[in-house]
Amino acid sequence: MSNPLVVTLDRKSAPRTIFSGDRLIEVDMPPGTRVFYPRPPMEGLKDVDAAIRYALNHPVGMDPLHALLRPGMKVTIAIDDISLPLPPMRRPDIRERVLTIVLQTLADHAVEDYEMIIATSVHRRMTADEVRHVVGDKIFDAHWPDRLYNHDAEDAKNMVEICTTEQGEIVEINRRAAESDLIIYVNLNLVPMDGGHKSVSVGLCGYKSLRSHHNPKVMRDCHSYMDPKSSALATSVERMGQQMEKHLKVFHIETTVNNRMFDDPLAFLGKNEDDLTGRERAALKALTFTLSKLPQPARQAIFQRVPSPYGVTGVFAGACEPVHELTLAKSYEQYAVPIKGQADILVSGIPYISPYNVNSFLNPLLVQVMAQGYLFNLYKGVPMVKKGGTMIICHPCTDQFDNDHHAPYIEFVHRLLPETRDAMELHKRFEKKFASNPAYIEMYRFGNAYHPAHPFFMWYWGEAGRQWLGRVIVVGADNEYIPKLLGYETARSMPEALEMARDTAPRDPSITMLHIPPIAVAESSA
Amino acid sequence: MPGSYFDVDGTLVRTNLVHPTLYYLANQANPYLSAKKLGRALLMAPRMMVAEMVDRRTFNELLFSTFEGISHDRLEVLADDCFETVIKKALHPHARDFVQRCVDLGHDVVIISGALDFLMTRLAQYLGAHHVIANRLEIKDNHATGRLLRPVVAGPEKARLIREHARGQGHDLEECFAYSDSYSDVPMLSVVGHPACVNPDARLRQLAKAYSWPVVDLT
Repeated sequence: MSNPLVVTLDRKSAPRTIFSGDRLIEVDMPPGTRVFYPRPPMEGLKDVDAAIRYALNHPVGMDPLHALLRPGMKVTIAIDDISLPLPPMRRPDIRERVLTIVLQTLADHAVEDYEMIIATSVHRRMTADEVRHVVGDKIFDAHWPDRLYNHDAEDAKNMVEICTTEQGEIVEINRRAAESDLIIYVNLNLVPMDGGHKSVSVGLCGYKSLRSHHNPKVMRDCHSYMDPKSSALATSVERMGQQMEKHLKVFHIETTVNNRMFDDPLAFLGKNEDDLTGRERAALKALTFTLSKLPQPARQAIFQRVPSPYGVTGVFAGACEPVHELTLAKSYEQYAVPIKGQADILVSGIPYISPYNVNSFLNPLLVQVMAQGYLFNLYKGVPMVKKGGTMIICHPCTDQFDNDHHAPYIEFVHRLLPETRDAMELHKRFEKKFASNPAYIEMYRFGNAYHPAHPFFMWYWGEAGRQWLGRVIVVGADNEYIPKLLGYETARSMPEALEMARDTAPRDPSITMLHIPPIAVAESSA
Repeated sequence: MPGSYFDVDGTLVRTNLVHPTLYYLANQANPYLSAKKLGRALLMAPRMMVAEMVDRRTFNELLFSTFEGISHDRLEVLADDCFETVIKKALHPHARDFVQRCVDLGHDVVIISGALDFLMTRLAQYLGAHHVIANRLEIKDNHATGRLLRPVVAGPEKARLIREHARGQGHDLEECFAYSDSYSDVPMLSVVGHPACVNPDARLRQLAKAYSWPVVDLT
């Protein structure tokens, strides 16, 4: 029986409409192209608050939350930052709902010494408005900024080394959390690479710990970020998390959401173009036309200022590993789409958003992260494209950066990438010095900039894809310079890109197209 | 080892050259002398304003000419008080930690300022900076003549002094850092490999955007 989510195009098939940054473009794909669609959104939980209460009272691998509490104890609540979900969730965010019940439980047990830390790791600090969006007005007004604040990985006196693994990985985390009797982690799991041991041991750590796994060597050994068992990164994080939890008590609360990224009027963006109704087809045409005419800031506003109506599909609580097993199962249930056979050519649009440009522009380095990092890695099993194959992406690759959020990225792209694209060389020659630049550190600590190590991590994030893929061809770039810096070839149109890709592909190459967002993960076999 | 070159007024402190000067003029041996010096400075104010718009060096020379006749002993005696009451209190909240971070990284931290050396050495000591490049009053017969010794530290001259200092200390300028708040310091920012704008004025902020220089807020 054919899979309705993997559609093979024929001569009568309609053109496919895919993202090219914050625009939509129509592309005619050759007959025989397999187009890979996301699953429709799963049904959300009917009573989310009841599910939260049930999870807290019936945790897996640990006593219920109320049984862990005693008057006078010191508790730290760590919360996933706004890098997830994408786009941000319509209020109330699930984290607000979980926190409301957790704080009530703490109050019921006379736990007064508690603080909430946004587990940003080396991500940018969330603004007050962003924190308010996540935790809700009531919690924000009562706690910000004294008892609700962003983690600061460069505040040396408030970081503490817990232990070192046998492999020499230093486990360093936020002192407040380390000195607490109990850490409660409130997670929002968007994709299978989130959550688990990553929550505390990455969310509350510093550069010293991140260097253990966010480096080119580990990244090259990652055979899918979306399958923790195949990811050297996940293995390292797990090892560090296990060591850490020998010293600290952590109660994990993980939540999963469906992939209802677009509200009803735009839900057709996730559908097979051949199955669109007349009205949906007209709406798609109108949207494509409108986006092509609007200036960039207006396009960004349309997509980024409208939160998504995600449904909550699961709430799990207790010990890290059993909780995360349940989370992963639920996550795959939403995202995994079986697909057989690897393609010679993988085609994908690059959308306007990534975890690292919430409320800002998807700059060239993040285009690379999306292409060779996230999209290439949206598989479980084997990559969607054969070793040495070609990836064709659609994006303008505009040389534009957010000066506040991505200040260190600019120097990385314009000063370091012209020197070398070799991740090992970047790591050895430049990373340490660049990551300690006092100006960038100050911007990270007191402004809203990413840590100066982050652009390096973003480059390494694409390393597995870079090692696997033979070529990357960009369709629709508005300049030649940026694609060249990223190591990409350029084509004016999809037919030209396919023609170029055929030069290095076998005769009658197989072509697979990723039709995202919303998110899907290919459960692929050779 | 890289050098980190810090402008002072506006960058590390919210005061400018005028504030400590006024402190000195207002604290002469007797009220009559103070009034006389302040009156003279007031008369020069329009010329200084024009000079500030045209050339920072001329402004510095005009401003410090008001020190004429003050004894060297008095300059030194008042320096501690002036530092405590005028400069230290005006330090931006994150300035000391920021300089300390550079020291901790092993940078050779240098204060480079159009202010007077006897005040800047005290600031350097307080911040943990290693060297000072600042203006020096000419002293004759134990009294200030009101003239500045060459080179006058201002504008493009700062860039030359940084080059000279880096060469003398064996620093590779490409590896060095410089921090300033003012458009007049663009030459100084341009000679190092890692410039950064600190609390920049509007023109420098615009330039920082064009050149993608980091912009830091120490206030």
